[in-house]
Amino acid sequence: MQPRTQLAKIWDTHVVADLGDNAYLLHVDRHLLHDLGGSRGLLDLKQRGLAVHSPQLTFATPDHAISSAPGRIGTSAVGIDLLRALREETRAVGIRLFDIDEPGQGIVHVMGPELGLSLPGCLIVCGDSHTCTHGGLGALAFGVGSSELAHVLATQTIVQRRPQAMRVSFEGTMPVGVTAKDLILRLIGEIGAAGGTGYAVEYAGSAVRALDVEGRLTICNLSIELGAKMGFVAPDDTTFNYLAGRPFAPKAAIWEQAVADWRTLPSDPDARFDRELTIDVASIAPQVTWGTSPEHVMAVDQSIPDPTTIADPSRRGGIEAALDYMGLQPNQPIIGTKVDWVFIGSCTNSRLSDLRAAAAVARGRKVAEGVRAWVVPGSEQVKRDAVAEGLDRIFLAAGFEWREPGCSMCLAANGETVPRGQRSISTSNRNFVGRQGPGARTHLASPAMAAAAAIAGAITDVRRMENA
Amino acid sequence: MMEKLTALTSVAAPLLRANIDTDIVIPISRMVGNSTRGSLGQWCFSPLRYQPDGSENPEFILNRAPYRSAQILITGVNFGCGSSREAAVWALKEMGVRCLIGSSFGDIFFNNCFQNGVLPVVLDRATVESLAREVEASQGAGRISVDLNELTVTAPSGTRHRFAVEPKRRQALLEGLDEIAVTLQRAAEITAFQTEDRRRRPWVYSR
Ligand code: SF4
Repeated sequence: MQPRTQLAKIWDTHVVADLGDNAYLLHVDRHLLHDLGGSRGLLDLKQRGLAVHSPQLTFATPDHAISSAPGRIGTSAVGIDLLRALREETRAVGIRLFDIDEPGQGIVHVMGPELGLSLPGCLIVCGDSHTCTHGGLGALAFGVGSSELAHVLATQTIVQRRPQAMRVSFEGTMPVGVTAKDLILRLIGEIGAAGGTGYAVEYAGSAVRALDVEGRLTICNLSIELGAKMGFVAPDDTTFNYLAGRPFAPKAAIWEQAVADWRTLPSDPDARFDRELTIDVASIAPQVTWGTSPEHVMAVDQSIPDPTTIADPSRRGGIEAALDYMGLQPNQPIIGTKVDWVFIGSCTNSRLSDLRAAAAVARGRKVAEGVRAWVVPGSEQVKRDAVAEGLDRIFLAAGFEWREPGCSMCLAANGETVPRGQRSISTSNRNFVGRQGPGARTHLASPAMAAAAAIAGAITDVRRMENA
Repeated sequence: MMEKLTALTSVAAPLLRANIDTDIVIPISRMVGNSTRGSLGQWCFSPLRYQPDGSENPEFILNRAPYRSAQILITGVNFGCGSSREAAVWALKEMGVRCLIGSSFGDIFFNNCFQNGVLPVVLDRATVESLAREVEASQGAGRISVDLNELTVTAPSGTRHRFAVEPKRRQALLEGLDEIAVTLQRAAEITAFQTEDRRRRPWVYSR
């Protein structure tokens, strides 16, 4: 048999029908619904007189449209309406909903892995572009639009074109102060926000093998910011140890059978990739974005780029517009740039290990005068685990706000926004124009970098703080 | 049912900025809710189209005659990257846009276009930029024609550029096919797949 990539293996397992011209009808193993689009999809089906094909493979939780304020006060009328509709419509068709205050509720890309719903080799979809996150467990997972979502509800399948295969090998040992977030931001800086378009990206190499599952989820989360709809890591013992005993992970004999199957998933040694690249992680410094695309990223100790040095007029124009929007000057250090807001949360960096990293920086220190700093755990379970080890008290003592799990300021619904012209450092994934509120200026960074900025009141190099 | 598209001749607006994401096409504040569809056109590109006080930004191309009536956008690299929100396509369509011509598009956005009778045409970057230059030289007066039967884009100068669309997608646009209805014809195959798969991968189904 020809050597195959992990992409090919998972793909082939899910083909219900070959539709020709590189299009396939694929089986969907897990369909995750959230409050922003879940009820709409179910209502669409109802209107068309169609049944939900496999409610037992479909799971729902509210995350996007609910406020992260204590007691969820501040959820807008629209958000309340979406939550009510999600409850009603999932109940009506027998879809399991993980509701507010219940373990299992959380950002859809945090709760899926945490519950063991997301498994290696599974095909997972959700009406959200960061569904690629679940690739951290070795799943083939990708975001879909509303029409595709309705198609999945009605048929438990999806029509997809097979992407090309790219492998990115992160080799070497990560320097102190450098995290999974920095690795993937560095890659986006290197090949651009469209560098992965049309590809499924496999993250490999010794640095990825050494990462825990949460770090792998962070890397895969930003695949879409690379332009790749899906990104994944080969499952290994780290993956199996993470999954063992999770509420929805298989048990006993079926677990043994599953693990045996999952061990066959990694790409064969001489499998062919359409594109391959290697990144030496020893040379990576903590990253921070300076502009309005995730490709506008730099090492924290470098200077802000100068558009006059760029020959390509469209790229130059883009950099000029970004600097103007961000209120930054070329050739200046980014260290020392004052921040008004700090957001630690989102499906990129709101898991327990992220909160621990931020708390390690915050412990015994104080948030700078005039800075508002939020910590928003990714799920109810993360919140409970963090409280159990006292992380909430570390944050509160340092002057951070400790909030309820959800998307919060990553998405900026419910008025959880950064005011116009103000600057935020955020552990989320999108520094787009207006993403955190109209006119808001966002710098993406790791949890430790964000916590360090909260303390310093300005963008700073966390490596210096750790030595302090 | 999807709206059909066969051919189109229109004013075309060049919007060549790279990486225009779907948050710019339609911000979250304007799309959240189950009943915003139908009112999205006015908010399409709102971060670029309006000033902080809510007035129109006269600099933005779609606020200028004749581009205001453009049914075709000439787009920069990676247009439609970011969020999977299909509301981005709904907003474009509600504003009157039925075709985008660019060198690359966000993968999910590209899919969503085809689901809504909007045609994303991929041409090489030099051709895209030459189309934009021609349109600008004519101050927007030069029309662009797109023909899905012939698979051609005709520049204001009359130069024809061929493009490719996957046959199935082309057929779906030409006929206004409903993908769910098409797949449901394979209901028996799906059931057979699940029956076999349950045996092969019980952990996917058992809990
Ligand atoms: S945390 Fe942000 S990026 Fe993640 S699912 Fe929520 S809104 Fe999307």
